[in-house]
Amino acid sequence: MDYYRLREKTSAPPAPADRRTLEAYDDPLFQTSFVRRREEGTLEAALLLDGVRCTACLWLIEESLKRLDGVCGVQVNYVTRRATLAWRETDTKLSHIVARLSVLGYGAHPYLPQQIDDARRSEKRRWLWRLFVAGFGMMQVMMYAVPAYIAQPGEFSTEYETLMRWASFVLTVPVIAYAAQPFFLGAYRGLRAGRAGMDLPVALGIATAFLASTWATFTHQGEVYFDSLTMFVFLLLLGRYLELRARESAGASLAHLARVTPSFAERLSAFPSSRLGERVLAAQLLPGDLLLVRPGEAIPADGVVLEGISTVDEALLTGESVPVQKIAGSAVVGGSQNVDSSLVVRVERVGQSGILASIARLVEQAAAQRPPLAEMADRYAQHFVWWVLIATSITTAVWAFIDPIRAPWIAVSLLVATCPCALSLATPVALTAATGRLARQSLIITKGHALETMAQATDYVFDKTGTLTEGKLSVVTEKVLGTHTREHCLAVIHTLENLSEHPIAKALCAHANASLRTPRRMMSLQTDSCRNIPGAGIQAIIDGCTYRVGTLAYCAEIARGPFGLAISTELSVSPYTRVWLATNDALLAFYDLSDCMKPDARALIGSLHAAGKNTHLLSGDGVGVVMEVARCLGMQNIRATATPEEKRLYVLALQRAGAKVVMVGDGVNDAPVLAQADVSIAMGSGATLAQTRADAVLLNGRLADLQSAISVSRSTRRIIHQNLFWSFGYNLAVIPLAAMGMLNPWIAGVGMSVSSLLVVLNALRLRA
Amino acid sequence: MDILYLLIPLSLVLVFLIGVVFWFALRSGQFDDLEGPAFKVLMDDDGKKR
Repeated sequence: MDYYRLREKTSAPPAPADRRTLEAYDDPLFQTSFVRRREEGTLEAALLLDGVRCTACLWLIEESLKRLDGVCGVQVNYVTRRATLAWRETDTKLSHIVARLSVLGYGAHPYLPQQIDDARRSEKRRWLWRLFVAGFGMMQVMMYAVPAYIAQPGEFSTEYETLMRWASFVLTVPVIAYAAQPFFLGAYRGLRAGRAGMDLPVALGIATAFLASTWATFTHQGEVYFDSLTMFVFLLLLGRYLELRARESAGASLAHLARVTPSFAERLSAFPSSRLGERVLAAQLLPGDLLLVRPGEAIPADGVVLEGISTVDEALLTGESVPVQKIAGSAVVGGSQNVDSSLVVRVERVGQSGILASIARLVEQAAAQRPPLAEMADRYAQHFVWWVLIATSITTAVWAFIDPIRAPWIAVSLLVATCPCALSLATPVALTAATGRLARQSLIITKGHALETMAQATDYVFDKTGTLTEGKLSVVTEKVLGTHTREHCLAVIHTLENLSEHPIAKALCAHANASLRTPRRMMSLQTDSCRNIPGAGIQAIIDGCTYRVGTLAYCAEIARGPFGLAISTELSVSPYTRVWLATNDALLAFYDLSDCMKPDARALIGSLHAAGKNTHLLSGDGVGVVMEVARCLGMQNIRATATPEEKRLYVLALQRAGAKVVMVGDGVNDAPVLAQADVSIAMGSGATLAQTRADAVLLNGRLADLQSAISVSRSTRRIIHQNLFWSFGYNLAVIPLAAMGMLNPWIAGVGMSVSSLLVVLNALRLRA
Repeated sequence: MDILYLLIPLSLVLVFLIGVVFWFALRSGQFDDLEGPAFKVLMDDDGKKR
C-alpha cells in the first residue's frame, strides 16, 4: 500500500534521538524532578509519552521494555500518557530505556506539568486540524456527490460526472493522507505488535474504499464512494476527538492538583539571624530548607510552620473554601494558598513524595489498572477482529464469483460495519468520565475496580469516629442547676478552661465563646490559685470565689449545699461525657459533651436504607456512645468496643454470608478492615494519604459527597452495561446484513461511526 | 452547464483557501480553550487583564 511507503517520511520518530539529549537523562541533577528512589538500587521515573494512541500501544510499550535487562517494572497510563518505569541502577541506565522507546516510535519526556501542557495543546491542535480537514472535505465531496444521487437517468452527462469525480478525488486525498493518519498508524502499530486492534479493519476499509474509488475515477467504470469515505473518516475522528476531550478533562481535574505548586520559592538561608530570602527553583528545595511564604503566594512544598499566624486556603485538597488557620507547628500542604500574612515554613517533603504528588500518583495508579470488564471487552474485541478479517476474505471471495464489480464494496461494508470500535470504547470512556467527575468532588479513586464493585455492594460498614462523626468534641446539652445565670456559668467556664489544653477544655471554651455576647466583664482570676488535677478537673479562685470544673466526684468535694448528692445521683448516668461546674456550696451546672454527628450522616444512611442496602456501625468506643449514634441514624447492626481484628472478622463474616462490603473508615486505625472489605473508602487527611491502601479516598470527609459518589458509581455501571449491550448487539446484527450485500458502504460507515459516537456520548453523560 | 468547468475548480480553490485561514487560526491559538471563554463573561475583572 502506498501509505506504508510514504509513512517513513511523514512520521519519523518524534523522540529526542540524538546522543547528547539522551545522556542528559542520566544526569542526577536533571533526574531530581521526575525520578525517585524506590528501594535499594531501584529507581523509578515518571515519563510523559508521545504517540500513545490506543490500548495496543500500551501493550507494545510494556512488553518490549520489560524485555530489557534491568527493567523491573513498566506501567503506562492511557489517560495521562504517563509511564512509570522502574529499573535497577546497576544494570541499566535511563537513557537506554528512552532510546528503546524512541526506536519503537514513541517519544519520552520527563513528566513535568509544563510539558504536559505543551504536549496536550499541540495534540489538541493536531486533532482539531484533522477534524477540520475531514469535515470540510466531507462537506465539499458531498456537494459534488448530490447531483449523481438525485439526477434522473440521462439527465447528468458523463463528462460532468467525471468532472465531479475528479474534484471529489482531489479533496479526498488530503483526508486519507492526513486526517485518517491515526487509523493507519494504529493499525500499523498493532500489526507490528502482532495484535489486531480496532484500527485494523477501519484502516483496511478506508484503504480499500479509496483504492477502488480511485480506480473507478481513473478508468471511468464502477462506483465511487468518496462521499461515504470522507464522512466515515470525519465521524470516526469526531468520536476519537470527543474521547480525547473526555480524557483531557478527567486529566485536568487531576492536573490542577499537580500544577498548582509554584516553580519558585523564597529560601531563608540564614534564618533566624537574617530574613532576607533568595529566590530558588522549587525543584531544588531539600527537606529541612526554610522558606518565607508571603501572603497571596502558594506554598512551594509540604512543610511545617515555624513562625507566623495565617490562614491557608486548602480548597485544592479538600474542596473546602473556608481558609484554615495555621500557627507555628501546623502542617501545610504544598500548593495551598497562603492568605493573610507571611509564614516561615520548614520543608518536610519535596517533589514526588509530597502530598499532592501522592494523590496524583494514586489516581494514576488507578487509571493504569484496567478493570476486569474493560479487559474482557478488549480480549473479546481482539478475537472479534480476526474473525471479521476471516469472514471478510471468505465473503469477498464468494462475491468475486457472483458479482466481481460489487465484491470490493461488500468487503468495505463488512470491514467498516463490524469494526469493534464501540466495544473497545464502551468501558474506558465511561470510567474516565466518572473518575474525572468524582475527582472534582474530592473522591479520588485509587484502584481500577473500585467504581464497578461499589455499584454492586450490598453492605456498607462505617467506622464511627471521624467517619460518621466529626472526630472532635462539642457541647450537646447544658443545664444550669444553681442560682447563677447561664452567662455567669459560661464566663466562669471560659476563664477556667482557658488554662487547660485538654480537648474537653478546648471544646468547652469554644462553646462558651460562641454563646457569650461580647463585650463582657473581665473576671479577675487569681493566677496563683489555679490547680489542675489530671483526670479530675481544674480549680481556681475567680472574683473571690472558688470554682471547680471537672468530674462529678471532684466537684462534689466542695459542693455541699442544697443541690448536693440527691440530684447528682439522678443525673449522673449519661451516654455522654459530662462535665460539672461547682462552687463552694453548690453544683452550678453540667455540660454534656459528645463527638457530634456530621450533618450529612443521617441523609447518607437514609438514602442507603432507601436503596435497600444494609448498614453497619463498627466502633472501638463504648456501647452507650455507639448505641446513641446508631439510634440517631437509624442503624440496626452495631458492634461496639471492637478491636481492629474483630472489625476485620465482622466484615469477613458478612462476606462469608455472600455480601459485597464497602468499608468506610478513617484509613489509619482501620487498615486491616479496609483491606478485608471489597471496596474501602478512607477519609483522607493530608499526611497519611501517601501510605493509604484504600481503594478510594474522600479528601474532604463530607458524607454528602460520598452519597453522590455512590450514585455516580451506579450510573457508571449502568452506562457501561448499556454501552456493551449496544455495541455487542450492533456488531452481531450487522454482520449478516453486510455479508449478504444489503449494506451500502455509506450505510455501513454511518452505522459504525454513529454507534461509536453513541457510546462515547452516552459515557460523557457521566461528566455532568 | 459549461459554467461547471469554472465553478467546480473555483470551489476547490475556495476550500483550500478556507483551509489555510483555519490553519492560521489554529496556529494562533484561537481554538486552544474551547470552554474557558464561555465563562469569561461572568468574571468580574473589568480593567485588569488576565
